[in-house]
Amino acid sequence: MKVTITSVFVDDQAKALDVYTRLLGFQVRQDVPLGEHRWLTVVSPEDPDGVELLLEPDEHPAVRPFVDALTADGIPGLVLTVDDAAAEHERLGALGLTFTQPPTPMGPVVTAVFDDTCGNLVQLVSAAPAGDAQP
Amino acid sequence: MLVVDDGQDEVFRALADPTRRALLDALVARDGQTLFELCTRMADTGVTSSRQAISQHLDVLAAAGLVHVRRQGRYRLHDLDTTPLLPLRRRWLRPDERTDR
Repeated sequence: MKVTITSVFVDDQAKALDVYTRLLGFQVRQDVPLGEHRWLTVVSPEDPDGVELLLEPDEHPAVRPFVDALTADGIPGLVLTVDDAAAEHERLGALGLTFTQPPTPMGPVVTAVFDDTCGNLVQLVSAAPAGDAQP
Repeated sequence: MLVVDDGQDEVFRALADPTRRALLDALVARDGQTLFELCTRMADTGVTSSRQAISQHLDVLAAAGLVHVRRQGRYRLHDLDTTPLLPLRRRWLRPDERTDR
């Protein structure tokens, strides 16, 4: 048993596709028309056969109150591992994404949290720079 | 028994808990933190309280005026306000010790 697909709810699939591919660098894996929406998944180019992220329409009435409550408290629904969270903070900030938490050392890692503009907060994680790791 | 209400109970009550003091420590780092960021900082300093417990501690700090909660866009952000501590600092100083006035 293994995880193959997980999802984030997005308010607009076209916008989400732009954010997750052009800004974050994911690649489309499946894009199947499905009525007014699409079965739309993306994968990391670093792991093209790895977990697919389904960009799922947020139509269900339970989704918005749920996601809004988590977002208000700054709670991310997705964690992405990167080489350098500080560098990504600078790059994505310059591209116009809002960070609710700047890169912050947390024990052996550095974390940051940004808004994907589609309804979700996303956490970035990288290993703390060598020498900075706390005991 | 006649007790003079000096209006300071909430501040002292808010400070009479190590987790709440640690939350104030975390807020010294920067204003505008979400509950999630504060919980992460708490975990990093070894405080293992649940998110719900941290949230309730923040309510106590807010009631004492030591933390302000503001809505910015879709986020609820927490700011530190040490103004309620200033009277405590001066209260028991003798007049000749009051260098700030």
